[in-house]
Amino acid sequence: MELLIKGGKLVDPSNKQNSVKDIYIKDGLIKSVGKDLGETLKKGINAIDAKGLIVAPGFVDLHTHLREPGREDEETIATGTRAAAKGGFTSICCMPNTNPVVDNKSVVDFIKEKARSEGIVKVFPVGAITKGLNGRELAEMADLADAGVVGFSDDGESVMDSRLMRRALEYSKMFDLPLMVHSEDKNLTRDGQINEGYWSTALGLKGMPSQAEEIMVARDISLLSLTGGRIHIAHTSASESVDIIRKAKNDGLKVTCEATPHHLTLNDEYLRNFDTSGKVNPPLRSKKDIEALIEALADGTIDVVATDHAPHTLSEKEKEFDLAPFGVIGLETAFSVLFTELVKKKLLSFSGLIEALSTKPASIIGVKSGIKEGSPADLTVIDEKRKFKVEDFISKSSNSPFKGRELEGKVIYTIVDGKVVFEE
Amino acid sequence: MIDRMSLSVTNLLSIKDLTNDDINLVLDTAKYFEEISKRAIKKVPTLRGKTIVNLFLEPSTRTRISFELAAKRLSADVVNISSDSSAIKKGESLKDTAKTLTAMGIDIIVMRHSFAGSSELLAKWTDARIINAGDGAHEHPTQALLDLYTVREKLKKIENLHIGIVGDVAHSRVARSNIFAFKKMGAKISVIAPPTLVPPEFESLGVNIRYNFDEVIPEIDVIYLLRLQLERQTESFFPSIGEYARLFCLNKERLKMAKENVVIMHPGPINRDIEISGDITEMPESIITQQVASGIAVRMAVLYLLAGGGLVSGAVD
Repeated sequence: MELLIKGGKLVDPSNKQNSVKDIYIKDGLIKSVGKDLGETLKKGINAIDAKGLIVAPGFVDLHTHLREPGREDEETIATGTRAAAKGGFTSICCMPNTNPVVDNKSVVDFIKEKARSEGIVKVFPVGAITKGLNGRELAEMADLADAGVVGFSDDGESVMDSRLMRRALEYSKMFDLPLMVHSEDKNLTRDGQINEGYWSTALGLKGMPSQAEEIMVARDISLLSLTGGRIHIAHTSASESVDIIRKAKNDGLKVTCEATPHHLTLNDEYLRNFDTSGKVNPPLRSKKDIEALIEALADGTIDVVATDHAPHTLSEKEKEFDLAPFGVIGLETAFSVLFTELVKKKLLSFSGLIEALSTKPASIIGVKSGIKEGSPADLTVIDEKRKFKVEDFISKSSNSPFKGRELEGKVIYTIVDGKVVFEE
Repeated sequence: MIDRMSLSVTNLLSIKDLTNDDINLVLDTAKYFEEISKRAIKKVPTLRGKTIVNLFLEPSTRTRISFELAAKRLSADVVNISSDSSAIKKGESLKDTAKTLTAMGIDIIVMRHSFAGSSELLAKWTDARIINAGDGAHEHPTQALLDLYTVREKLKKIENLHIGIVGDVAHSRVARSNIFAFKKMGAKISVIAPPTLVPPEFESLGVNIRYNFDEVIPEIDVIYLLRLQLERQTESFFPSIGEYARLFCLNKERLKMAKENVVIMHPGPINRDIEISGDITEMPESIITQQVASGIAVRMAVLYLLAGGGLVSGAVD
């Protein structure tokens, strides 16, 4: 199997790629990168004409909910990986809050087998920190690590017991895998629906203060300095959290973090008409928080963009605000939303966005990536100029706050191990 | 004089949506309708042939009866639905309920619901006109309109009055609607409660937050007491009912500190001796029963205006 990607502009800051070159792929690997490779190759080879297009390292999502096993009505590994491919993601990490929970080897095996037989992008399961996400007993983390998880998370829940969190951090040091923490003091957010502020007050919805996130981020970083280990802070949403993370990084602690496209671009005013498509946890915050998140993404305090793709069916979301579940989908729109809202508005460099979507998340989970000889041929080809309206989704669910939006910049090809898995 | 015969909105979901003209139109229209309730035959044919559903998914006595009487005095056909006697108890979603009622050709749905924003949702799913009769801690617009009406009748103005709203502001839809409504009409508002029941964000709604009732009392023209939901006490918003009452109950001693022509209001139902001591409710300063009476006239006005309006004088005769 050979493939030539001709004449695209390569963008991969981690490998100092920023010019028009060809990529020659053989047996799933990048065999060579250079100018006018086509001339030296034999005729008749499969080729993609990427003239005028951007070729980037394949996107890696550290935070996807695939819902299988358990909620196949919301998403499956088959549909979720197709949605990922459409969004340019060549690898996704799936969160363990399925039914059953990914807290033992057999569920990891099931997901990997399903991904192999029905998926079209690479799927890396994340294991639970505690059994059944119950926050009381550690899951068999070594078994999970042996089965191939790339990190641990009780996502959706916080490990509220600080003593247990300490043990998890200590224990995880045996595997050098990150604890991907959902930071939320559940006592402070009880019954909460949206960010606490003007809009929660005006709408009479129970608020979730950003301090609920700040407290847990501070606690986990504090524990990290006690125990060592690695923490990856999921879906950072509050400016207060950013400040703490920036300081922790300056202090040399092993902490990384992510922010989502929705937290980077939407504030709580979105909910002024009680539109449940913007109901998400952590909640959409204030304009001040968005500014802090963008600044932190630009200066590298926020390492990566992750989607927190959380599919829910229409009938679940078409409910009274308090009864609708938290979560928005994001795989299919992540790049275009951030390209339109951040890059085009000159709040973030294009290469910065590419890094935050591709090589940086790959390095957090220790997956090989980047445009260089010998790397897996996981690539995303982008048309910067393509404009489109967000309408149809490949995902089984359509709970997107970006539905109906006009966006610019679109993924045209997604290539996994040298194979085209999505083509516009 | 009313120079405009229709509202700028098709549904009454929130005071926030109304213009000052809308509010004045409702109050002026209510004035015409108030007279009907004082007649021996309390009925006009204005809404004959219109069907109104009272969809009360949270228990309510006074609001539901008030709407029912308002509709009946306008000769509309009224159907009452409550959550325990409907398909909702069998798990029917609000959307399906809305679709069902729409198919039956209902003209107006009056909804009470325990979750904020429910009437906005309902409006998306039906062509019927929607009146929000209270949605969670969000709004209770007809309560605010009847409160405006009652104050205007009693004090002959609203502008520049100082309204003191006392009690569980944080969880109160009545407080929110009244804040929006009285602000729009030019009143000054102070909210008076322990800090646990009035978070600082309320300042962004344009009100003063005060913690000491005794200090504010001499400054205010209208003392508006909110109902304390007694189950709050278990959530530690305050240590005990007794302590709450000591600090925030309107009793005779506190009333002595008030302005001479102060008026006392309460949306009901009252927790006697917690928000207000029993001996005060009957005093001349209290306009609590006038609120109830105004409620019917104001709701008649709202039903009438949402059903299409027209010349009020013609409608009443």
